[in-house]
Amino acid sequence: MIPTIPSPRALNLIWTGYVALFFVYLTLPLAVVAVFAFNDSQFPSLPWEGFTLDWFFGDAAPKIGVFHERSILGAIGTSALVGVCVATLSVAVGTSNAFLFNRYKFRGRGLLYVLMLLPLVVPGIVLGISILVFSSTVANELWDAAQIDAELLRPGLVLVVLGQFSFITTIATLVISARLQKFDTTLEEAALNLGANRLTAVRTVTVPFLMPAIVGAAVVAFLMSFENFNTTLMLVGSDAPLTIEMFDRLKEGSTPLLNAVSLLLMLGSSLLALILIAFQRRS
Amino acid sequence: MAAHARIGFVLLLMPILLWLVLLIIIPHVDMLLISLRERVGVGEYRTSLANYVTIATEPLYMRTFMRTAVMSVLATLITLLIAFPVSYYIAKMARGRVRSVLFLLCLIPFWVSELVRTFGWMILLRETGVISQFLQWAGLVSGPVEMLYNDAAIMVGLVYTSMLFMVVPLVTTLDSLDDSVIEAGYDLGGSGWSVMREIVIPHAVPGIVSGCIVVFMLSLGNYLTPTMLGGKDSLWFTEMIYSQFIVRFNWELGAAFGFMLLFASSVIVWGMLRLTGQTLERTMG
Amino acid sequence: MIPDLECTGLTRRFGETLAVDDVSFSVPAGSFFSILGPSGCGKTTIMRMIAGFLEPTSGDIAIKGRSVLDVAPNKRPVNMVFQHLALFPMMNIEANIGYGLRRAGMSKGDIARKVDEVLDRIGLPGIGKRKVDELSGGQKQRVAIARCMVLEPDVLLLDEPLGALDLKLRERMKIELKSLQAAFDTTFVYITHDQSEALVMSDHIAVMNNGRFEQVGAGQDLYYRPETAFVAGFVGDSNRWRGTVERVAGDAVELRTETGLTMRAAAKGQAANGGAVDIFVRPEAIRLAREPGDLAGFDNRLSGTVGSLLFNGAASRIIVESGEAGGEIEVTLPQSGEFADLKRGAPVHVGWSAAQANCFAANGG
Repeated sequence: MIPTIPSPRALNLIWTGYVALFFVYLTLPLAVVAVFAFNDSQFPSLPWEGFTLDWFFGDAAPKIGVFHERSILGAIGTSALVGVCVATLSVAVGTSNAFLFNRYKFRGRGLLYVLMLLPLVVPGIVLGISILVFSSTVANELWDAAQIDAELLRPGLVLVVLGQFSFITTIATLVISARLQKFDTTLEEAALNLGANRLTAVRTVTVPFLMPAIVGAAVVAFLMSFENFNTTLMLVGSDAPLTIEMFDRLKEGSTPLLNAVSLLLMLGSSLLALILIAFQRRS
Repeated sequence: MAAHARIGFVLLLMPILLWLVLLIIIPHVDMLLISLRERVGVGEYRTSLANYVTIATEPLYMRTFMRTAVMSVLATLITLLIAFPVSYYIAKMARGRVRSVLFLLCLIPFWVSELVRTFGWMILLRETGVISQFLQWAGLVSGPVEMLYNDAAIMVGLVYTSMLFMVVPLVTTLDSLDDSVIEAGYDLGGSGWSVMREIVIPHAVPGIVSGCIVVFMLSLGNYLTPTMLGGKDSLWFTEMIYSQFIVRFNWELGAAFGFMLLFASSVIVWGMLRLTGQTLERTMG
Repeated sequence: MIPDLECTGLTRRFGETLAVDDVSFSVPAGSFFSILGPSGCGKTTIMRMIAGFLEPTSGDIAIKGRSVLDVAPNKRPVNMVFQHLALFPMMNIEANIGYGLRRAGMSKGDIARKVDEVLDRIGLPGIGKRKVDELSGGQKQRVAIARCMVLEPDVLLLDEPLGALDLKLRERMKIELKSLQAAFDTTFVYITHDQSEALVMSDHIAVMNNGRFEQVGAGQDLYYRPETAFVAGFVGDSNRWRGTVERVAGDAVELRTETGLTMRAAAKGQAANGGAVDIFVRPEAIRLAREPGDLAGFDNRLSGTVGSLLFNGAASRIIVESGEAGGEIEVTLPQSGEFADLKRGAPVHVGWSAAQANCFAANGG
């Protein structure tokens, strides 16, 4: 039960075994994805045909590697662009929300807080279609009323950014709020007392304190955006982000190229995670 | 409020209102309105419940809807059952380094796209996949076995995808249970099982609820896993929304589907909160 | 009579460190026994071994004459009041108190009756339906004790339960705990780092340091007749010097402190000529006078000036600065009024008898 309470050896063994099994379950799919990126075969499956790096660097058909496949590289670029936009927007709004809920008591605060949480419990695909429907309504009205073709409101990257932003902001708000709650407001008062004005006090004392949470929220937002599928699927136009591009290819049948992309994705995320951990250690 | 505080307040209020009103509230109201529209001619509409009537009278739609809900509930329960012992082990039995390493390991799937995870399961489960080959090699089966494209495969994928969202809240709440409270339970004569039932599980309720809500939501709204692991006939509600919107271009019916999905998830989330006396603020915030 | 609790040769190692080092003691039935020591001295380890949450490396623990080493914690006839009480927050008061009875398989009616009974006894009738966090600190304390007492344990262990309370409440709870112990007539084993808690409540106190018992005895013994330098320094306040023995005559010694003061003192244990010693003199053992003649009867006499006045009601003291002492001496200010007009810088004379100066052979630190 807990280490201080004597319990039967057998129970402890079974429990530990179960946990070990769980982690096998957790890592197995990721491990096979990674391993088959190096299989010298047309299909990501057994038998093992030998080790190759062609799925990364190959430049001749049928084995065109990730780094020579224009559509994949383009999709990665698109995803990164969307991710940066979403991270910037959601962290900015999230920080503002955190200050609002932390510093002001106002009528309707509780209601607003619940509303702020709602995007988390709305299925992603519903968020996607509701924004799709609304933006089309607005675009149609604009056309009917003034013959303006609002290209931005048609499925495309702007809508993808807005759709992802609509729920990632909630997460950014929660992450930043959690840290702001730990902030000792007397520090800000001390800054005021030492001659800073309100804005300077926030900028020089509170924001540096929040920095780990802000960076953390930005990284999480970027990753969630990069990996998002459901909301993006409904809002995507001609420029497909990476998840959509991979999904389309996967439907056609998979080659180890996808394994290679997946492995790069895993490495990229791990790198981001390590940077994040290092950053949080330091501050 | 002083004047400058008032300005600050308004400035901070603007972004959240813009976000919630323009991207959440109005789009959902608009979706509701569209779902209440019936096309009577080219570019001509009238307000009616026709789309909902269609859903209620078409057995395929209702069946898919119920099936999605039931499978999601089942996936949630299985995830809870698998995750609880693991979370308990991490929070209460492991110590020091082992503990933080195990917890980090649990987070790994989160750092990897759902698409990659699903792809991994496809490589494992399909007819030419790793598990099938392994079984043949071990002599347990004589020919290739197809483990993909059935409900069990969907379940495996759903549980796998959601695991993290169950483990993290569970570990957090179990961690907040002081060891001395468990010791007190023993000291007063409790056994392993009774301490678990009367002390540990009641304490973990907020974590269980928030984990279940998120997992249920993710399963209900999942599109990728049923499509990829369940194959063409997986009958998941989100697939119907997708096909109405993107393939058939029948937005009115699609919006009605979307609204039903939203309604079902809200009802179940609300019911779960009511049943356990929790609030959304406490379980999510 | 068989003692309620008896530990023999109790030892516990954590890797290289010896947390409890060959400790033996017995606690007679119905008494209040305290283990007093600084944090990290091993007292919590002893308590957890008695409760069954730690296995001793060696030694034996017997309750009412029977060894309990092989008995699981949930079967031992001891119960524990935890440091932060560990009341179950997910249950109301009634369910908390009834928890152990339910485990014992008692019928619902009997449990309800017993719970009401014990709530009456701790003076909190009718709070059974309340939640844990609706109670005040003192009430929680009593509920935690009641939760154990309904099980009628042979020994009740208390792990610094007053630590989290504020000062006023702590003072009141000391008295209340003592009377609860008398009312339940159960053996209490109490651990604390607060000497006043131990002194006020206990029949016997063991002073613990570095995994060993330094001295076991009644409060008065520890205070007036400390057997080791640690006890003299830990229990109560003292003026403290380090010095060298210059002459030995039976128990009486003459010594010179490092600050250059010559003093006569009473040796506890071995004191050899030329040996290093620690000397302890309690502030209240020092007599204050305006004229040196008033101190003729004392073995040690000094003159100095009032360095500062530490007013603290009945516990007021002054600090006497004295060139002869080579430093400061804390002296209790008599409350009879004769020194009421004492000012900073005023010349004073102090004196104490050799018997009040306890000196122990110094051991390094």
